[in-house]
Amino acid sequence: MTIELLSANHAAAMAATLAGRANRTGRGFGGGVYPITPQSECIELLCRQEFEKGEVTRVESEHSAMGVCIGLAVGGARTFTASSSNGLAYMTENVYAAAFYRLPIVMMAVNRTLGPPWNIWVDHGDTLLLRDTGWIQLYCEDNQEVFDSVLIGYRLGEDRRVLLPVLVCQDAFVLSHTMMQIDVPAQELVDRFLPVLDLPHRVLERPVTIGGLDFPHGTEVHRRQHAEAIARAVQVYSECQDEFQRVFGRRPADRIVPYRMEDAEVALVSMGTTAATVRTAVDAARARGVKAGGLRVRMYRPFPERELKEALARCARVAILDRDISLGHGGVLWSETRGVTPRDAVVQNYMLGLGGGDIRPRHITGVIDDILGREEAAEPMIMEVA
Amino acid sequence: MAKPLLGGAMKTESDRPEQILRPGNTNCGGCGMSITLRMLTHAAARQHPVQLVIPACCAIVAPGQYPFSAYGAPVVASTFGSAAAVASGLAQVAHMNGEKTRVIAFAGDGGTYDIGMATVSAAAERNEDILYLCYDNEIYGNTGGQRSSATPFGASTSTTPYGKDILKKDILGIMAAHRVPYAASVSLAHPEDALRKMHYALGSTGFRFLHVLSPCPTGWKAEAAEGIELVRLAVRSGLYPVYEVFGGHRMVINVEPEMSLEALEQYFAKQGRFQKSKVRAEDVRASIERSWRDLRGLAALRKEG
Ligand code: SF4
Repeated sequence: MTIELLSANHAAAMAATLAGRANRTGRGFGGGVYPITPQSECIELLCRQEFEKGEVTRVESEHSAMGVCIGLAVGGARTFTASSSNGLAYMTENVYAAAFYRLPIVMMAVNRTLGPPWNIWVDHGDTLLLRDTGWIQLYCEDNQEVFDSVLIGYRLGEDRRVLLPVLVCQDAFVLSHTMMQIDVPAQELVDRFLPVLDLPHRVLERPVTIGGLDFPHGTEVHRRQHAEAIARAVQVYSECQDEFQRVFGRRPADRIVPYRMEDAEVALVSMGTTAATVRTAVDAARARGVKAGGLRVRMYRPFPERELKEALARCARVAILDRDISLGHGGVLWSETRGVTPRDAVVQNYMLGLGGGDIRPRHITGVIDDILGREEAAEPMIMEVA
Repeated sequence: MAKPLLGGAMKTESDRPEQILRPGNTNCGGCGMSITLRMLTHAAARQHPVQLVIPACCAIVAPGQYPFSAYGAPVVASTFGSAAAVASGLAQVAHMNGEKTRVIAFAGDGGTYDIGMATVSAAAERNEDILYLCYDNEIYGNTGGQRSSATPFGASTSTTPYGKDILKKDILGIMAAHRVPYAASVSLAHPEDALRKMHYALGSTGFRFLHVLSPCPTGWKAEAAEGIELVRLAVRSGLYPVYEVFGGHRMVINVEPEMSLEALEQYFAKQGRFQKSKVRAEDVRASIERSWRDLRGLAALRKEG
């Protein structure tokens, strides 16, 4: 292992490169790539890599980036692409298709505000738009996690019990353009962790139609199989964690990541880098006698319902911090998490950092003070932090 | 290539063991796309295995309901605008693995002229090793007959009820301008020329484009048995030029049109879609003559490779 100083964009590209090379004795590696701020550095680095058996295709749109990945994957190759924001929105049709074909594509998404008006800063609304596509979704808190998630994404998605694409999400600029020390494993270790991809339904010469036409009953069966596969990802993920630890000597985070939750009465639920700020605010709250705790949702799909329910079981107050908004409703994380909170708890939604506003510890402290003063929850609140 | 019998309409012992489009498909009777696939079967005989990528269009309804498939070759059903991108990926895997598989993107005019245009253009620019075949029925057939940018002047569709008042796109000109290794128009009424082109296109490498005027009795409101005759009239009148372009340069006109006004009148008269607008041969004569002047000028300039 070597330690390198890498941005999350470069970390994702390096991980994809190693994973791609690990498939050199298989059907090879590739992907369609297209630039968008703040993701472009990822595909630029990928385009500078050499592959014994692989090629990267510079396409004309995100829609085709995923289209090329689909073609490669259906032919049995390991595939990678990256995108962000409006790029993901434009790609969406093929994002669905990739999952419906049950192809273990890995995509890195830099979370960025949807526009116009154009805004290049972090917001989770773009990947939450893809919530229902049937992809596994992982949200990362630091660059090492981005790197590790790409590798574990292949192992998880390619497992025969799963066979699903995996989306690795990271916050624009906060991670995408920030350098951190990354443990970059040697190729032999990656080879050991990622066996050659053997896609059972890759097209060969057998005259099957992949995709084709479903009548209602066909769709019922396909959706059921898909739902069962994504549910199995829970167990398979924990096996992948064990294997990752055996090979690389460190363990990727669980589906949810608690911080000082053992005796917490006030829980702060969040995703991505907000969770790091939450930790600072939790420490400050603890110092003044408030039993606060943080809960980060790392795997958003499949949704960690059981884990969240257990972790929140003893909390009287739950603040759900969304960096997104479902207009006409409230935060997306809130709308799903509130269903697993204790019945008599005060569950309040705070949408903060929309459009990349810099969330600071004092903002989280403000959230803690607000929820402590509440007898019951109010409507979801948009907090201005910028 | 073994000589096709009856101009390519008969199966011979040197054919692929399996038709690319097998019985049990759901195409309308007289569909030009069925004929195209039959010819493609002959052209692919004794060639390498083929894989098809078919976007949303009549051809992806044709194989019937999952898990059945009337296609005698593997098919990937892509999203509407993505055939060229998916085919690019599929061809790349074959290439990386030293396989001789020929990947064919098989799309209608909607998926080519309209929603797929950017993707087709990009795959052509990258010179992906695919054969892109557009069967052009000049309409969104599968969705009930709406106009596309391939719908000809004067044709009524469900969204141009009084007849379209815009000329169709020059798709072959557009694709040849990408300087791809091969781009050609195919007349189903000239099977030997058609088979030769399909065979050549399947056997060459890089991006190859074939444009097939594909009679659609349903959308054209024409007799199912008259599809081939309609194509012949379109060629005779000069409405559908049959030519090929090598590498974006050398250009060969394969069938000399008679520039027959009578053929054009018949072409319009035999199709219900031209009745509402009452389009006459005279109305489009000037534009046909202009395109032929351009074509001949280019062909003369580009005799050499
Ligand atoms: S609608 Fe036209 S193109 Fe479609 S299957 Fe019928 S005849 Fe063929």
